[in-house]
Amino acid sequence: MALALAPAMAQKTASQGIDEYRAMLADGNPAELFEAKGEDLWKKARGPKNASLEKCDLGKGPGVVKGVFVELPRFFADTQRVQDLESRLVTCMETLQGFNAAEIAKTSFGSGEMANVTALATWVSAESKGLKFNLSQSHTQEKTFYEVGKRLFFQRGGTHDFSCASCHGEEGKRIRLQDLPILTKSPGDGLGFAAWPAYRVSNGQMWSMQLRLNDCYRQQRFPYPGFGSDATIALSTYLGVNAKGAASIAPALKR
Amino acid sequence: MKKNTLFVLTGLATALLLAGCATGPSVAELNALTNQIVKSSFRDQSHVKLTRLTETDETNLACSEADVAGKPLDDKTARAIEAVNMKTIKWPSDGKFIGDWKEGEKIAQSGRGLTWSDSATMESGGNCYNCHQIDKKEISYGTIGPSLYNYGKIRGVSDPASPASKAMVEYTWGKIWNAKAYNACSNMPRAGHMGILNEAQVRHIVGLLLDPKSPVNQ
Repeated sequence: MALALAPAMAQKTASQGIDEYRAMLADGNPAELFEAKGEDLWKKARGPKNASLEKCDLGKGPGVVKGVFVELPRFFADTQRVQDLESRLVTCMETLQGFNAAEIAKTSFGSGEMANVTALATWVSAESKGLKFNLSQSHTQEKTFYEVGKRLFFQRGGTHDFSCASCHGEEGKRIRLQDLPILTKSPGDGLGFAAWPAYRVSNGQMWSMQLRLNDCYRQQRFPYPGFGSDATIALSTYLGVNAKGAASIAPALKR
Repeated sequence: MKKNTLFVLTGLATALLLAGCATGPSVAELNALTNQIVKSSFRDQSHVKLTRLTETDETNLACSEADVAGKPLDDKTARAIEAVNMKTIKWPSDGKFIGDWKEGEKIAQSGRGLTWSDSATMESGGNCYNCHQIDKKEISYGTIGPSLYNYGKIRGVSDPASPASKAMVEYTWGKIWNAKAYNACSNMPRAGHMGILNEAQVRHIVGLLLDPKSPVNQ
């Protein structure tokens, strides 16, 4: 579709059209609807245990939401593992509300309880808007996950030999007209890890970080990364630690 | 929380994580842990198999390791990798290097094929415009690779069939077939070698770049 449009646009209104499109994007962010849904889901008694998520510990103690987003992924003593926002929300949905975590992890993005996880993540991220990323590296597992994440970032493979670094290893590059953030260091406020979850105008969907990584891996021609798998969390740890000092604009608005 | 298939680490991973000594795991241990985590985290989807990661070749392994270390490969290793890749290049079975540039443009435009959401049987595109400027009329091009506008003209190829052009024509074919034959850790996919493009498609791409009539060389 985009490919078919490009040559036609090029004839007269190419850059003009793109500017108009970008201006249109800046006008209101539908992510707000998902934020509202997420806040509602947090407070509502749901699931087999008919409980809310208000006692969920996202890293700063039960019920604390403000500021957690810019410190995730981190190590959690109760699960004995490093978790990102989404896998941690699923843990709470299982322990507090009685949902089946493995079932949720198998659900496709945008449907059923997975859509609720995305809405929850959108609201939780919004509660840290403007705060700076500052992930902990004090626990051994957090350090180990950073190191594993770094290896995953540079892992070349698949039919095209792509790694994350093929696109995100240098400054000032782009794919087609899409600017690519450098991710081996902080790309700056609101870029890369500091932008997701984001509402995508091109397909009208709310995308969580797990879906962002999933679709990067799809385009890399890699096999399918499991939702909340160690690889996705280790990679997020690498990106999050590198984003230190960058202010979050999540939930952002994207092409 | 109890053990749960989603969150269970493999034996090796758990042992390493629990080791928790002050110095942390060694490079070899971290590499082993990464491999374990790849195996437990990724799965087959449609025609895209886990083996795309677990059976990746020495070229990718060596280049990934160099990237992690932040140091380029030493010359000797790089030349050895290039030699291995050079041997994989299949030259045109009919001796014809230059295809139809119009077909080449279509292939260069297409970024489709070989993802888990693509059909397993479709002909893949070349993804060329994702990274390169090619025909100047296409303004939606990427900048990961160098501009290829005027590719043949700049290199003095006015007649691809002439003996003077032979080396450049062969290099262009070889570079598209297997980019790592010329630059061990190039970012560029190995289109022919990895089965992304077939021989006829590679021929059309070479035509797009080298045919004096191609818009690339205007």
